[in-house]
This record gives sequence, structure tokens and C-alpha cells, in this order.
Amino acid sequence: MTRYSAIALAREGLLGHRGWRAAWRRVRPAAAYDAVVVGGGGHGLATAYYLAKNHGMRRVAVLERGWIGGGNTGRNTTVIRSNYFYPESVALYDLALRLYEDLSRELNYNIMLSQRGMLIAAHTPAQMEICARIANAMQLNGVDGELMDARRALERVPLLNQGSDARYRCLGGVWQGRAGVARHDAVAWAYARAASALGVDIVENCEVTGIAIEGGAVTGVETTLGPIRTERLGLAAAGATPALAAMAGARLPIHDYALQAFVSEPVKPVLDTVLLYLGTGTYVSQSDKGELVFGGGLDRVPTHGQRGNLPVQETVISGLLEMFPAFGQLKLLRQWAGVVDVVPDSSPILGPVGPEGLYVNCGWGTGGFKAIPAGGWLLAHLLAEGRHHEISRPFDLSRFAEGRLIDEAAGSGIAH
Amino acid sequence: MQRFPCPFCGPRDETEFHFAAEAGKHRPEPAPDVTDAAWADYLYMNDAPKGTAREVWVHLTCGEFFVMTRDTATRAVTDVAALPGRTP
Repeated sequence: MTRYSAIALAREGLLGHRGWRAAWRRVRPAAAYDAVVVGGGGHGLATAYYLAKNHGMRRVAVLERGWIGGGNTGRNTTVIRSNYFYPESVALYDLALRLYEDLSRELNYNIMLSQRGMLIAAHTPAQMEICARIANAMQLNGVDGELMDARRALERVPLLNQGSDARYRCLGGVWQGRAGVARHDAVAWAYARAASALGVDIVENCEVTGIAIEGGAVTGVETTLGPIRTERLGLAAAGATPALAAMAGARLPIHDYALQAFVSEPVKPVLDTVLLYLGTGTYVSQSDKGELVFGGGLDRVPTHGQRGNLPVQETVISGLLEMFPAFGQLKLLRQWAGVVDVVPDSSPILGPVGPEGLYVNCGWGTGGFKAIPAGGWLLAHLLAEGRHHEISRPFDLSRFAEGRLIDEAAGSGIAH
Repeated sequence: MQRFPCPFCGPRDETEFHFAAEAGKHRPEPAPDVTDAAWADYLYMNDAPKGTAREVWVHLTCGEFFVMTRDTATRAVTDVAALPGRTP
């Protein structure tokens, strides 16, 4: 692996940029692996990387039916945060945030992490009390969270609509200074490059069509590039996970929905933080290129189609214009959608399902990108050790039969 | 804006409808004999099929539940039917 550095960049600049090599090896799959991960998004690639790095497993393959990072990893709004309510959730998402904070150095790849802070804005005294509760919970869980008053909030976001006709005036909210954004594609590419350098095979355009099971244990997968033997199989395929699990006779508490995102044309800097409005459900940040990147709630029609519907577009865009009337002058540049795997308690599912040797990392719903390093770390632990990591145990599928839900939709008021 | 056909009211905007559940689930009974796993399966587990799906929807404006058959990838609706015992 060629090391990326300022010196390498200068050298290539002088030599006409002819010396760069492909960031990961293109391979045909081998006949057998010690572990196979289905899904070449951030979670799957991170899983493969941590299998190699943390557990010394080098005979590992990632199978991706399309191209890596082409699913939800490349379709989200790039927000990273750990402002959750329950201790189990904070432990999970803050593990991800801590790993993100060192990821550019560890993977020798600039993921453009920008910890510009995030404000969840409240509009009523009752919402401010809920925000105080969340901030207190975050502090008790050892994470930076604080209640921000209206004056400080408006210093951070001066363009907010505070006029006499404002439907949702900002009274302040919960602030997390370590939250921010990162380049989503770079996260996938960085993990792919680092995993490939450690010997992991990344196989694109390879769809899994069946799971082979003998004596109650996984023995391999059928793919469009032929059969592959393995006794440890990890699924990290977001909205495609229910169909994959069904190949092994397992069912999951998942409904698939489209989640839309939007970018405006690029403009000069107007917003230097991440903002979520409780009143409108719209969230927004500004990219380094100047585009406003924004989104909102789920489409309400279950779907596997990677495109959004008009009613939710209207809701999200109306919300943005209520928050920032000045943005009404901007043109919309692009709109797209990803298929997200939504679970009743809005918390992920990590752990074994179905036959021996099969593990899932799914159910992230609308919030998978922020969790990529932790999801990879924990699925790698499950695959390598055959048992839960302390942080993944509460997220086992058994919580549904045991009535032990981790209901973040109720706890932290997230928008789904 | 997609239009869904309500068996009682005819075609209406998609925003008037709400997804309720996958069709074909049967509540396990009698309750004392139902295991935690069987109850969790009934309450939470889904197939989330890609392609043809039979689903229970409610038309919020008339309040009627009904079964809609549609393609979850293309979003095309192929059939709607009232629940047993309900006549449009």
C-alpha cells in the first residue's frame, strides 16, 4: 500500500500523477474463507478491516452486489454524533465517535472529519425540558452534551428564522460539540484500502443468492460468481438484510423504508454547524463545497426502491424554508434516497441469528453512517470470537422476545 | 404524489393512507400457551419482501382497514380488497 502523505502528493504533482495505484485490489473470490461479510458498505468494510487488524484474520472476503459504498454509505447526510439517551446507546455511538476521531490517522486516509458541533433546537418550554433531560443523560453517560440557551444558539446559527411570523422560534436546545460531519465516500474507501492492504478480498458485483447450511451451521454461500465456503458469515446489508436472513430461515423485526436526502447549489459559508429542528424534523449542514445538505423523516410507504416520494420532499423542504427563509432563493441541485432497515425501537440489531455461524449487523435505520466504526468493530468481534462484545450484547435480537427494547425514538426523540 | 385505491372510496392521495402491517399474520392463541418467542415473532418479525407484498393498510379519512397487494420495488399496486366481513 502506497502511503498517502504531503510528500507523496508533492512528488506525484511533479511527476504528473502517474504513480498512484488502485486503493484496493480487484479480485475474484477464492473457494473458501475463514469469514465472509455480505455488504460492501461502511459497516461491512469496517468489519473486514477489524477482523484483520483486531483479530488477525486475513482470509476474509467482503461480497458486494453493486459497488462498494454505493448503498446507504454513499447516500446519507454525513452526520456523526452520539447524543442519545440510554447508556447502551451512548456506549455504542460514542465508541463509533471515538474511533472516527482517530480514523484519518489510523487508516492513512483523510475522511475530512469536521467536528463542528450539532444543535438539536427546541421551540417550547416543554421541549427545552426534554433537551435538558437528554443533556443530563449524556453527561451521566460520560459524553459531552450541554443545554444551550437561545442567545448562544442564535450566535451559532444567526440566519435562523426568529421573526414575528416564525412558526418555530428557537429557544435553544441540546448541543454536542464533538458531533460533526465526515466525507461519507472516504469512510468506505479508507476502510476498503486498509482492509485490502491487510489481505482482505473485496469482491464487487457479487450477489449472494443462497446460504448453505449443514447440521444447523453455516457452511458457505452461493453467489453469482460461484459457491464460497465459510463457517462464519456476517450480514451488513441494511435494507437487503431481511432477504439474506430469510435464506437461512431467520426473520428480523425490520421494515424497509426510503430515506431521502437533498443538496442545494453551493453558496458561500452560511452555516458552520449541524442543525436539527424538533419542530420541522428537518436537519441541515453545509458541505465544504458550500452545498446545503439536508433531510428529514422517512417516507411512509415501505419500499425497496432507492428513490423518494413527493409528499416527504415537500415536508422536508418546507421545514428548511421555515427554519431559513433566505434559503428559498436557492436551487435544489440533487435529491436521492436510500433503503433503510427500520426496527420498532430504533436501535440496531447486532448478534447471532438463525444457524450457527451467522451474525447480523443491521437495523440502523436512518442512522447507520455515524455508527460505522462501532458496527464494524462489534461484528468483527462476534465473527472472530463467536460471542458478544460487552457493548453489542444489549442489541441482541433476543431483546424483542424478552421485552427489553432500547427505545431511542422515545428516549432521545430521534426523527423516526 | 402516488394515488392508492381505497376499496371503499376509490383512488386517493397516498398521504391519506397509513401502512399497518404485513398481511397474513395470525395472533397466536390461547395466550397462556404462547411462548415468548412465538409472541415476539407475531408482534415484531416481518418478511419485508422485495417485490410483491400483501399488506394491511388503513385509509385514514374513512377509517377502513383493507389488504393491498403491491410491488415494493416499483410501487405499482395490483390489487386491493376489503377485509373479510366488510363490504365496500
